[in-house]
Amino acid sequence: MTNGWTDIGNADVVLAMGGNPAENHPCGFKWVIEAKKKRGAKLVCIDPRFNRTAAVADHFVQIRAGTDIAFLGGLINYILSNGLYHEEYVRLFTNATFLVKSDFSFGNGLFSGYNPASGTYDKSTWQYQQDGSGHALQDPSLRDTDCVFQHLKKHFSRYTSAVVSEITGASVEDFERAAGIICSTGRPEKAGTIMYALGWTHHSFAVQIIRAAAILQLLLGNIGRPGGGVNALRGHSNIQGGTDHGVAFDKLPGYLKSPTADQQDLKHYLMENTPKPLSPTSMNYWSNYPAFFISLMKTMYGNHATLENDFAYHYLPKADRNYSWVYLFDDMYQGKLEGMLTFGMNPVANGPNSNKMISALSKLKWLVVADCFETETAQFWRAPGIDPGEVDTEVFLLPAGIFAEKDGSFTNSARWAQWKWKALDPPGDAKADQEMLARIFLKVRELYQEGAGAFPEPILHLSWPYSRPQDPPLEEIAKEINGHAVADVIDGKGEVVAKVGEQLSTFAHLKDDGSTSCGNWLYCGSFTEKGNMMARRGRSDPSGLGMYHEWAWNWPLNRRILYNRASCDADGRPWDPTRVSIMWDGTRWVGDTPDYKADSPPGAGLGAFIMLPEGVGKIFAADFVEGPLPEHYEPVESPIKNPLHPEVSSNPLVKRFVSDKDGYANPEDFPIVCTTYRLTEHFHFWTKHITVNSLLQPEFFVEIPYELAKQKGIKDQDLVRVTSARGSVEGKALVTKRIKPMRVGGREVWQIGIPIHWGFAGRVKGPLANLLTPTAVDPNSFTPEYKGFLVRLEKV
Amino acid sequence: MAIKGLEIRDISATRYAALGISKVPRMTKLIDLSTCIGCKACEVACMEWNDLPMDETYRAAGGYQTIPDLAHNFWNLIKFNEVDNGNGLLWTMAKHQCMHCENPGCLRACPAPGAIVQYTNGIVDFVQENCIGCQFCVTGCPFNVPRISPKNQKVYKCTLCSDRVAAGLEPACIKACPTGCLQFGTKEQLLEYGRHRVRELRSRGFKDAAIYDPPGVMGTHVIYVVPYGNHPEVYGLPADPRIPALVSLWKGPLKTIGSTIMLGGVTAALLHYLTYGPMEVKPDTDVKKQR
Repeated sequence: MTNGWTDIGNADVVLAMGGNPAENHPCGFKWVIEAKKKRGAKLVCIDPRFNRTAAVADHFVQIRAGTDIAFLGGLINYILSNGLYHEEYVRLFTNATFLVKSDFSFGNGLFSGYNPASGTYDKSTWQYQQDGSGHALQDPSLRDTDCVFQHLKKHFSRYTSAVVSEITGASVEDFERAAGIICSTGRPEKAGTIMYALGWTHHSFAVQIIRAAAILQLLLGNIGRPGGGVNALRGHSNIQGGTDHGVAFDKLPGYLKSPTADQQDLKHYLMENTPKPLSPTSMNYWSNYPAFFISLMKTMYGNHATLENDFAYHYLPKADRNYSWVYLFDDMYQGKLEGMLTFGMNPVANGPNSNKMISALSKLKWLVVADCFETETAQFWRAPGIDPGEVDTEVFLLPAGIFAEKDGSFTNSARWAQWKWKALDPPGDAKADQEMLARIFLKVRELYQEGAGAFPEPILHLSWPYSRPQDPPLEEIAKEINGHAVADVIDGKGEVVAKVGEQLSTFAHLKDDGSTSCGNWLYCGSFTEKGNMMARRGRSDPSGLGMYHEWAWNWPLNRRILYNRASCDADGRPWDPTRVSIMWDGTRWVGDTPDYKADSPPGAGLGAFIMLPEGVGKIFAADFVEGPLPEHYEPVESPIKNPLHPEVSSNPLVKRFVSDKDGYANPEDFPIVCTTYRLTEHFHFWTKHITVNSLLQPEFFVEIPYELAKQKGIKDQDLVRVTSARGSVEGKALVTKRIKPMRVGGREVWQIGIPIHWGFAGRVKGPLANLLTPTAVDPNSFTPEYKGFLVRLEKV
Repeated sequence: MAIKGLEIRDISATRYAALGISKVPRMTKLIDLSTCIGCKACEVACMEWNDLPMDETYRAAGGYQTIPDLAHNFWNLIKFNEVDNGNGLLWTMAKHQCMHCENPGCLRACPAPGAIVQYTNGIVDFVQENCIGCQFCVTGCPFNVPRISPKNQKVYKCTLCSDRVAAGLEPACIKACPTGCLQFGTKEQLLEYGRHRVRELRSRGFKDAAIYDPPGVMGTHVIYVVPYGNHPEVYGLPADPRIPALVSLWKGPLKTIGSTIMLGGVTAALLHYLTYGPMEVKPDTDVKKQR
């Protein structure tokens, strides 16, 4: 989240799209209700189904799954053609004024620089026109045909209400009524927020949906402001913490990049990852990349990370290709992997194309599953249709303690790291994850010490300074993540800001010379000399806006709202004096922790987006693989050809897998759009093991529009079969008027929905929804397209 | 000794007068139907706090409501209802439980002394050890709430967590509600809050928004804020609930006639005893019966 849960209560308009907060974040949804009660806020819900959020929304619009960019593009066009954008904000805080290279173009679904042979883009034409010092040229009048604002206007002029309707299936009236509400927040005294979740991330163009949302909010002047923002609702209690600490193959903790195969030395790696400023007023805070990275290496390798050995850079693996998990499972299916450890993860249930997942696991020699339940993954060898006698994989199930059986921290969607305390011991032989990991590591290290490994240093030199090596206390790990001074840390004025051995208080003190150690620069400040800041439970709120700065601690530096400089005008006065995030008091910025140089006066004109080389928010962004502006592409499986450009219908950067398990459907054989989702009553594939949750939603079902059911002679509770190009599931029909027939691309299109929560393990059982879903992933984030694929439906 | 608020105010089938005028506030639950998201947290909290073990369930026809009705071991139910009213779809989610009527039909109807009590704080509670399983309370309830257990033939329903309330806590459902749809307080406080919510809803276009506090039972200690106040039945709430005429009759004129007849019977028995003396029972007959 750019903002936070409590801040949703400060909004005038809440757009719930690509997420279903009332159902999947009911506790957080209280802030939407708060906004409605206290500010008379309007809630707009855009979703393929009339869901429980829609039930309490002021306006609901049904769209076809996977057409969010078309809808958001329509909103952008609506803002631009009706002059509803916050003009001063756009000029001050976005790259609308920046000039793009003259040979940049877009046509027929492709941006300039596309190479059909490789299926990738050469991004050179997506760059800015630059002056001699490498700064981008700008046109403050916004009239230059090369400026981002003009490109934006031209690009989205195609997304008229009629086109939005043709693609999404929403009526023009419904779309324009929603647009009227959402786009009313372009005025300085109004603020609107966006809440999204997996409904946006589960697409083969997911990142570009979120880009479209960012553009929308930048145009309306809603980023950095109380009641504004683009807010991702995270689905697990600590998935934000997991993401922050680099659980993806291409990330190191703190969103540092994993080294790649062409970055064989430290110098090269740091050069490629340390951006140069693109504007003279850019703070370009990522210029501290070397300090963040080298401090991380000091945490990992301690005294073995030295200036002489490039801080042990050569110990890190260098990824030569994509190792995200669908690629890993593809390798596994081809027999290229020997074994797998899986902690807190159930790939058979939550991966796409479960049949492929199961077949892949059966090609392993060994599998270790650490979980508190015997999950589908732990017993994949007895999945329906599998003969255990045919599976040679040796499976070890390690009983794991659950969250209440260990201490540690949860980082919520709002980036608040909240310390928790252990309530009870894990039962029986169950152990906490950290103990299992530590024991495995110590055993591996022992084997290396005996001389078994080819490259022992990365293992033997790993820093392991814990008081209980077999079971590292999480407080010690939290302190390590925060970081400490390896030598006295001296600031620019020659003053000692941290003595050797002291916990650091801010990442501003991190050094690239090995004198600081920090496991994750974003968490620097979470466990200081003052103690564990995450364990604080102070309830004072001088802001009156629900910031509660003394409640736990959030990254970065306890800053509740990111980009908060943009909440004020050029002179440092809040756009809305009744909702003050920060303001200039004549000598410094006061209020929330400023996302800015605290003593830089407004007149100095330092850019409000300090992390970006531009110094301003990016409407046009060359950072992503399929284009600098979002474009509507159809899902990999779609009932229609893209009305905007039928020849380039789906995302041209999306890879199709070619194994015999990976079929992709055509609309002639599989005419119905299907989407998967979650229910309030369950938590993923977990709570089907628990009595009360199982009572509240005991059975798998298929939600079918009333009119489609009538056409097919299906009655509520009838058994139906849903078949995709990968597999099929059977379950009871839930016939509803909450999904309506749609006219899309000039013809009638149907949509059905399937909740994901069941499987062949647990107190209640049912088919795995992911038996149906395709192996197709977003080319930036590598998240599978679980929503908006094709199926056939029949009565059994 | 009674805990504060749990002093008896009225009690079934017993001639009883509460001493003095109670200063104990009438505790009330408010359900704001405009903010219910159907999450069922209240159902879970009720089951967990009251230790109500349920049997297997199945999904009830037509929607997300898996438990079809209130039961002797299920006292808190959210009813889901899809209503296509011509200009849009309405998906209502409404929590149902005992309404804790000011004039409780169940208590009026109950013939078992002490089986149903009304406390000074307004809670109507069933005392199962005094229940005779006659189900007159079921007939007497205008909201169709009490349910008989097939296991012990006693009747059960929501207690408004009288145990928690007596200890100064809110009922379990209130504690669990994530959106503030459920509120707990005195009736005066909640009527004021409810009126405020109704004004807000009217300003948002729900011109018929209203508080549901039915006068037919002299008001209830569970009140609702209803967006479509002119159609409470859309949410499964009876439009004008009243204690069934038979119960009123049974406890009104018929009770006087009945009492007179009964008094006559007792007088006759007494005269009989005075005239003929006690009936003698031989001890061995009793022993035989026991065998």
